[in-house]
Amino acid sequence: MSAQISSASVPSETSPNGPGAAAILAAGVGAFLVAVFAILADQSAAIKSMMIFWKPTGPLSGVTTCAIVLWLATWAILHARWRNKNVALARVNAAAFALLILGLLLTFPPIADLF
Amino acid sequence: MEITTRSFWTLIHGMGFGALYLLACSGALVELYRRYSPQNLASPVQSDETFLRIYLVAMAALAWLAVLTGAYIVYPWYRAAPPPGTTNLAAFPQRLLMASPTTSGWHSIGMEWKEHVAWIVPIAITMAAAVVLQYGRNLKNHPQLRSAVLVFVWISLFAAGIAGFFGAMISKNAPVEGGPVIHIVQGESK
Repeated sequence: MSAQISSASVPSETSPNGPGAAAILAAGVGAFLVAVFAILADQSAAIKSMMIFWKPTGPLSGVTTCAIVLWLATWAILHARWRNKNVALARVNAAAFALLILGLLLTFPPIADLF
Repeated sequence: MEITTRSFWTLIHGMGFGALYLLACSGALVELYRRYSPQNLASPVQSDETFLRIYLVAMAALAWLAVLTGAYIVYPWYRAAPPPGTTNLAAFPQRLLMASPTTSGWHSIGMEWKEHVAWIVPIAITMAAAVVLQYGRNLKNHPQLRSAVLVFVWISLFAAGIAGFFGAMISKNAPVEGGPVIHIVQGESK
């Protein structure tokens, strides 16, 4: 990961920022994935049908389950990679905020319907 | 005084979990801002820190309960399809809203946004709780982590506000009603 820097520069009184960065970036990814799966299910009849994990709730059940599972998987992977490291948090935060805002905007139907 | 089972669950979902989450947000934002500010020279007291950790975990639980009860208990009643030939759509809120151009937007924009944007809330607050659990008072030494947590909690408040606003307006225009009636208390008769 280009965002990583040496853990040797970590001040002794502070724990590495990697675990926090992993949680933040994964949360951004999770928010974005909710919107992506919602758009995919809305635009494709085949995907919409595949997303019906529980019939009474319809495609929403699959859209949210897929997003949550991938969010947790992303978090676990990033945590494992960054657990003992310091990462360039400014870049991680920028990416996470961008994904979060995109997630917020892309769930808004007039914007989602542009795709 | 009585309430239907579906109304009761809608109340639990919206007022019990959703509104309580919205109320809790302001407290979390103030505490996260104040307590871990690099300008705050006082070291957080251990008992205060434990309280904030429990507070954020409780908020995460509220957010998850709100979306899960919404998606898996209330939403199926909302989107239920009426049998062919049904003329009274009162028990089918989605179809009732869609039946009129003056109310269809509450579904096509309101519910369509609410049902997805609400899921950003538990993701954001679970992250915030996890970071505070992991770092505790050490968050003072990581101002960028603290800033990110604050931004995510702000956005979770905004997303929960959207969900709450549309939930209230949809309930006003096409309430989820039906199921067994729960008698709360007997009123006086004249």
